[in-house]
Amino acid sequence: MIRFLIKGLLRDRSRSLFPVLMVSAGAFLTVFLYSFMKGTMDDLINSNAKFDTGHVKIMTRAYEEMADQIPNDLALLEVNSLVERLRSSERGMVWTPRTRFGGLLDIPDERGETRAQGPVMGLGVDLLSPESREKDILNLDNALVRGRLPRKENEILISEEFAKKLGVEIGEVATLIGSTMNGAMAIHNFKVSGTVRFGITVMDRGAIIADIKDVQSALDMEDGAGEIVGYSENMLYDDDTMLALTHRFNDKFSRDDDEFSPLMLSLSQKSGLREYLDLVDVFGGIIVLIFVVVMSIVLWNSGLINGLRRYGEIGVRLAMGEPKGSLYRWMIYESIIIGFIGSILGTVLGLAISYYLQYTGIDFAAIMQKSTMLISNVMRARVTGWSYVIGFVPGLVASVVGTMFAGIGIYRRQTAQLFKELEV
Amino acid sequence: MRKLILIILLINCTLLYGQEPSGKAILERVDDNYTAENRRATSTMVIKGRRATRTLQAESWIQGVDKAFTEYLSPAREKGTKMLKMGDELWIYSPATDRIIKIAGHMLKRSVMGSDLSYEDYMEDPRLSNIYSAELSGDENINGRDCHILELSAKKEGIAYYRRKMWVDKERYLPLKEELFAKSGKLLKRFVINEVFKVGKRWYPKRMVFKDVLKKGDGTEFIIDAIEFDVEIPEYIFSKASLRR
Repeated sequence: MIRFLIKGLLRDRSRSLFPVLMVSAGAFLTVFLYSFMKGTMDDLINSNAKFDTGHVKIMTRAYEEMADQIPNDLALLEVNSLVERLRSSERGMVWTPRTRFGGLLDIPDERGETRAQGPVMGLGVDLLSPESREKDILNLDNALVRGRLPRKENEILISEEFAKKLGVEIGEVATLIGSTMNGAMAIHNFKVSGTVRFGITVMDRGAIIADIKDVQSALDMEDGAGEIVGYSENMLYDDDTMLALTHRFNDKFSRDDDEFSPLMLSLSQKSGLREYLDLVDVFGGIIVLIFVVVMSIVLWNSGLINGLRRYGEIGVRLAMGEPKGSLYRWMIYESIIIGFIGSILGTVLGLAISYYLQYTGIDFAAIMQKSTMLISNVMRARVTGWSYVIGFVPGLVASVVGTMFAGIGIYRRQTAQLFKELEV
Repeated sequence: MRKLILIILLINCTLLYGQEPSGKAILERVDDNYTAENRRATSTMVIKGRRATRTLQAESWIQGVDKAFTEYLSPAREKGTKMLKMGDELWIYSPATDRIIKIAGHMLKRSVMGSDLSYEDYMEDPRLSNIYSAELSGDENINGRDCHILELSAKKEGIAYYRRKMWVDKERYLPLKEELFAKSGKLLKRFVINEVFKVGKRWYPKRMVFKDVLKKGDGTEFIIDAIEFDVEIPEYIFSKASLRR
C-alpha cells in the first residue's frame, strides 16, 4: 500500500512537491532556530559561569545585595581558611577566590606623568599558585594575543583592544587607581606581561586580569576576596547538584542576622540565569507551536487546492463505491508520507547548517559595541539530541492536521450528484 | 529741639544695638574664625566604617584659601601619601608607586582615605561667604549654646552642596551643627562640632564629626591635635616637587 501511495505521490508532483517543500522549510527553521538559540544561551551561561558566577558563588550577604556595584568593602574575609574547608568538605568541586574591581588604568610617561588613562574592569584570580586551574577555566592560553601569562607578582594581562587604545606595550608599567577595601584611594603599579582577547565585548573593552594576591595588596584586603567561585570537577553544570550544595553550605555557614556571613548561590540563582534558561524552554515551545499552527494552515490551504484539482479523481473513486472513510484515510496516509519526507529533508538541512554554525558561528561584534552582557561576539549554534526531533514531529503533525482539515470536504460530496458532476 | 534730636538718636542707637546681625554678617564672622593667612595643623581622623575603625594622622599646611598641602603620617600603609591643592587643581602622591595623580572630574567625588569627606570637600573654598548667600532663619539652643540658624544657598552652579543649614554659636561664631543638601533637597552630609578650644583670640573646633548620610557607618571624627595660625610656610611646600620630597 505504501509503495502504491509513494508511486502516486511521485508521479503527481503537484500533489507532493509543494507540501514537501513547505514541511521541509518549517522543519528546517525549527531545527535551526532551536539549535542557534540553544547555542547562544549555552554560550551566555558558559561565559557567565567562567567569568562571573561560577557554578556556585560565595559572597557575604551584604556584598550580594549590591553585587552590581562591586562593593569590596563588604568582601569576604578569612578567605584562605574558608577555601580550605570547602576543598576538604566538597571534594568534587574546584574552589577558587576571586575579586572583581573597577577603577582607572593610568599609563605613565618617562617622567611619571599621565600619558594615557581609561576606565578599567579588573578581575583578580589565582594565577600564580601551581595547583590553580584558573588558566584553564578562563582559557587564558587561547586568549593570549601578545606577550605571556603572568609568572611573577604584580604582572597583569590587559585586553588587546584596551592596550591598543592606551598605547601600552608589553613590559610597560600600568598604574591602577581604584578604591581600597576601606574606601581609600588605591594606587598600585603593575607591569603588563601580555594582552588577551576573549571575544566577549565586556571583557575586551577594558579589562585587566591580575593575580589575586596582588589585588589583595593593591586594594588593602588582606586574606579577603570579593567572592569564592566553585566549579564541578568535570566543568559540567548540573542545577540540581549545585542547588543541593548551596542548601548544604548555607545551612551550615550563612546566618540571616549577620550581613557579613557567607552566602552561596548557584549559577541559576545568580544573574537571573534561571529566567534565561526558562525563557529558552518557552521560546523553544513557541517556535514549535507557531510551526505547527502556521504549517497546518498552509497545508490545509494546499490540501483544499489539491482537493479542487483532484475533484474528479475523488468523485470517480466515490462513484466506484469507495467509502468516504477509506478515501479520507488514504489522504491522511499520503500526508504522513509527505510529512515524513518533508520533515527528514528539513531536519537534515537544519542540522547541516546548525553543525556548520556550531563550528564557524556568526560574528555580531559590530552590533555589540555597547553590550554589557557576558556573551561571546561570535554566536554559535549547538546541536543537541532535541535538534534531531524538534522539527521532525511538528512537521509530521502539521502535515496530517492540514490534510485532516482539507479532507473534511470529502464528506460533503453528495453521491447522488456525482455522475452529474462527472459528466461536466 | 536739641533734646528732641538727642532722644531720636538715642532711640535709633538702641534699636540698632538690639537688632539681629544679618545672615551675611554672621557667615563672614564664621569665615573669619576659620580662615587665616597661613596655618599649620596636625590632626587625627578616626574613620568609623561599617566593619572597622581606622585612625589616620596628618599634618597640613594651608595658605589663604587657594593653597593646601597635607601629608599623612600614619598608619604605615598611608604614611607618606601627600595631597596638594593649588587653586582649583588637586594632586595626590603615592609613595608606593612614586606616582603623582591629578584628581579631577568624577574622582573628586570619591572619599578621602575612606572617610566621610570627599576630595570635593577638600577643594571647597573655605570662605563660605564667597560662594553662598546666607539668610538668618531663626534661633535654637544646641547643647546649651544659643545659636543662629543660617540657611545658605549657592551663589553659582557647580557647588558640591547647593544648600546648607548651619547652627552658629551666637557668642563664638562657630557652626556647631551643619546639614549639607543637594540641589534636589536631599540631605547628603551632616557635620557636628563636639568640642571647641580657643586659639589666640579665636574659637576653633577641636573635635568634630562628619557623616555622609548616604554611607553606612558611624561617620568620621576629625580631631585637631595642634594648630598654629599665621606661621611662616616656605613657598616650596606648595609645589608639585614637594610631593616627592
